[in-house]
Amino acid sequence: MKARVHVMLKAGVLDPQGEAVRHALAQLGFDGVEGVRQGKVIELDLAETDRAKAEETVREMCEKLLANTVIESYSVEIA
Amino acid sequence: MKAAVVVFPGSNCDRDLKVALEQAGAQVSMIWHKDTDLPSGIDLVGIPGGFSFGDYLRCGAIAANSPICRSIISHAEKGGYVLGICNGFQVLTETGLLPGVLLRNAGLKYVCKAVDLKVETSDSAYTSGYAKGATITIPIAHHDGNYFADTDTLARLNGDDRVAFRYAKNPNGSVEDIAGILSDNRRVLGMMPHPERMADPLHGNTEGRLLFESVVGALERA
Repeated sequence: MKARVHVMLKAGVLDPQGEAVRHALAQLGFDGVEGVRQGKVIELDLAETDRAKAEETVREMCEKLLANTVIESYSVEIA
Repeated sequence: MKAAVVVFPGSNCDRDLKVALEQAGAQVSMIWHKDTDLPSGIDLVGIPGGFSFGDYLRCGAIAANSPICRSIISHAEKGGYVLGICNGFQVLTETGLLPGVLLRNAGLKYVCKAVDLKVETSDSAYTSGYAKGATITIPIAHHDGNYFADTDTLARLNGDDRVAFRYAKNPNGSVEDIAGILSDNRRVLGMMPHPERMADPLHGNTEGRLLFESVVGALERA
């Protein structure tokens, strides 16, 4: 079973990398980009076959390691 | 007084920290990250600067979940002293022993220079040798030193006099110019600047040395 985790900085946390990307896009002539937020995608291959259990385990992984919930939010997709 | 300095793959200030602690009179052992237990009778654990595990995932995140960190957390929970410098500060926030987090520098650049710090409290074993309000010059060398915490956490840190150092001129975007903070029992200190790099006359000045002398002295008397 495959899982995909999206980790993003929470709203209100400054994302200087996203800002740098936004400036670079403007320099390339892409006008009208009003905001860029950069996050992470983490793909996991799991031995688990039960969807609900897999999701529960991946959420635990996010809480313990994959995201720092002080500044980041996460979402889990089970494929 | 016995201290341990933890070594992760990618630590690079571990030996400097050992020398600084030894010059202050501590007996120092180096501990590999895969060890599960601290040697018995350790008073202070030092978590050095560097790039543990290549800063993969987030700075300090992998180190914070390494076997030795479980022992460091229980050492701190039992009232033991822990000093985290630079990457060590990042590790301490990832373990939850200190609140908040260190983000990418606001200017996106790695900053490596000596900066002026204001000593915000002398009420800790680490800062008791400094006068409150004193300005000391200590080098920074980091890409992710932009301290961030929510407003409730900041109110708690300020209200409990737990900000140890602030930058005189903010180099990285840190909220409220914070450069170092203490735990609620004041025995865990995390700071981005490197006092071990200003601890010997050959370094140019010795203003960092007092931090090591203060904590080693306090623990020797204890």
